[in-house]
Amino acid sequence: MKDRFVEISPEADRKQEERFNIWLKGEGIPFADADAEAAYRERVTLLKDAIQLRQRPSRIPICPSAGFFPMQYAGITMYDAMYDYQALGKAWEIYHQDLEPDAYNGPTTIVPGRVLDILDLKLYQWPGHGVSKEREYQYVEEEYMKAEEYQDLIDDPTAFFLNVYFPRIFGSLKPLAAFPLLPPVNEIPMVPPAAMPFGAENMKAAFESLAKAGEEALRWRAAVREMSGRIMGKGFPAFAGGFTKAPFDVIGDSLRGTKGVMLDMFRYPDELKEACERLIPSMIKCAVGACRVSGHIMPFIPLHKGADGFMSQEQFRTFYWPTLRKLIIGLVNEGLVPQLFAEGGYNDRLEVISDIPNGKVVWWFDRTDMKKAKETVGRVACLAGNVPLDLLCTGTPDEVKAYCQELIDDAGVGGGFILSTGAGIQGSRKENVKAMIEFAKRYGSYQNR
Amino acid sequence: MTDSLVQALVEMKEAEALQRAKQLLAEGREPLKILESCSRAMEIVGQRFEKGVYFLPHLMMAGEMLKQISAMIKPLVHERKKEAKGGKVLIGTVEGDIHDIGKNIVIFLLEANGFDVRDLGINQKPAKFVEAIQNFQPQVVGMSGLLTLAFDSMKNTVQAIEEAGLRKNVRIMIGGGVVTEKIKEYTGADAYAADAMAGVRLAKEWTKRG
Repeated sequence: MKDRFVEISPEADRKQEERFNIWLKGEGIPFADADAEAAYRERVTLLKDAIQLRQRPSRIPICPSAGFFPMQYAGITMYDAMYDYQALGKAWEIYHQDLEPDAYNGPTTIVPGRVLDILDLKLYQWPGHGVSKEREYQYVEEEYMKAEEYQDLIDDPTAFFLNVYFPRIFGSLKPLAAFPLLPPVNEIPMVPPAAMPFGAENMKAAFESLAKAGEEALRWRAAVREMSGRIMGKGFPAFAGGFTKAPFDVIGDSLRGTKGVMLDMFRYPDELKEACERLIPSMIKCAVGACRVSGHIMPFIPLHKGADGFMSQEQFRTFYWPTLRKLIIGLVNEGLVPQLFAEGGYNDRLEVISDIPNGKVVWWFDRTDMKKAKETVGRVACLAGNVPLDLLCTGTPDEVKAYCQELIDDAGVGGGFILSTGAGIQGSRKENVKAMIEFAKRYGSYQNR
Repeated sequence: MTDSLVQALVEMKEAEALQRAKQLLAEGREPLKILESCSRAMEIVGQRFEKGVYFLPHLMMAGEMLKQISAMIKPLVHERKKEAKGGKVLIGTVEGDIHDIGKNIVIFLLEANGFDVRDLGINQKPAKFVEAIQNFQPQVVGMSGLLTLAFDSMKNTVQAIEEAGLRKNVRIMIGGGVVTEKIKEYTGADAYAADAMAGVRLAKEWTKRG
């Protein structure tokens, strides 16, 4: 089945329409009143029209990436947000209510600190655990997978994650190293050895910490769901509803690390490519599952290691793009709209990434020339972006407005555009965020053009 | 002939480069000559990077090869003094930020270009920069940061250097992540380096002796 995820399925259009309808309906959202419900539908329609490229929306939807900004806006620390779910909810509500962006940015990345504490996650430092309570969490760059382990990952990704990777990244899950291999457990003599590891005291403790982490994660989800309902109920559809990553980034971000994966392109090119291929189905299923639960159409996909400068054009074509494209096609064939967030610059990649089906994805850019993007990938995909963070953090409202005006003139022509920011807007000046949203809503109206 | 070593290094052929270096040593070649070939190769790699032929992975790979060959040769070079012909650069990731990949690439390139570099590490308070400037007396200070929180840390660090009366002694460059020309103005640094080679260029320019 090597050719899976290459061709677009004849069912893709129908499935996409079905999923848009589910999103538009917003079943289960506790709408505050009829106006809120109408506002919700209007906003989903703006986004749908922008994405499908069939007709121009009535105006450009304005969907900044909230990032960690709502905490700063509400005056709470990241520690508060990660440990006090009420404080988290309140901050997110105030942000959306005051600034009225066109979509709700769920706090998916503000994960519950206690879950990390219980599992003793090594991948990050978070407030009160490595960084001070006022700071944001940060990734700890290491080689969590060794170069010699590619074949193990390729042979059986699940076993590799259970037996090798989890014991490394979760202090509390070290005993999972003894988790039995599953395919052999299909005959009577294999039953006792398969059961044995679970009788060991340390394995019991590992499962207990998993249960505790699970309970805490459920408490967090209940609080977030309630808050999401309140915000969406006021007329703000969620901007995304799931999360996945490009296979190359799975390996480059948190398995081999930046340096590791860069060297692997020279030292282990075949293993790296095969491992990326091997991860595709899991990364598709992960987004499909999450969107099924959220009733949403757009999985968020942050892209990291394929940016301009991070590899040559040839390396991008060889290592990064083939499996990212398969991920995209796999999701599109399920009726989903991949929301590809290209961090950094993608100016050298615009031609290559235009090889995608029409009206099926969102390409969200950061430091990419939006005019060039519009002329290339903008012909086949909705664009989003790219108000820069240096401007939002240190500029003035007038400078922000001038940027937005030019951006809309360049990228907004004829629809197919969502005005957003180049990254999560933490550190921005409040008046700049306000100016961006208010100005762009007005200037981005297609009605007077 | 050391040309084949230069070529292997430039073409990113790791096994061949190491093999060739070993062979040259076995043939009794002067260790310093081999290191000179490495420098020549790194210069070409740097040029290709600036031309947009090579990218970060190539710099990483070049750094790895150089590290291995140096390890092979250094024990054989006893009297070699570290002549910092390029001048002194102090570099660190500013307070609150723990990222170091970009910083490490800049350090590698600076060293390959003959600079004496002191690496402060990550998450360094303004006072640490000031202290290190006093002790190390660099001509150039490099500040790195990936996150928006680095904007204020960089600004505070420049200010602390100013308050310590050291600002006129050093030229300050910033880079990394979301840093731009606009942030240079905000922080009061002297220059923004868009990539690692730009940092090397700035350091060269600032330490040029008349």
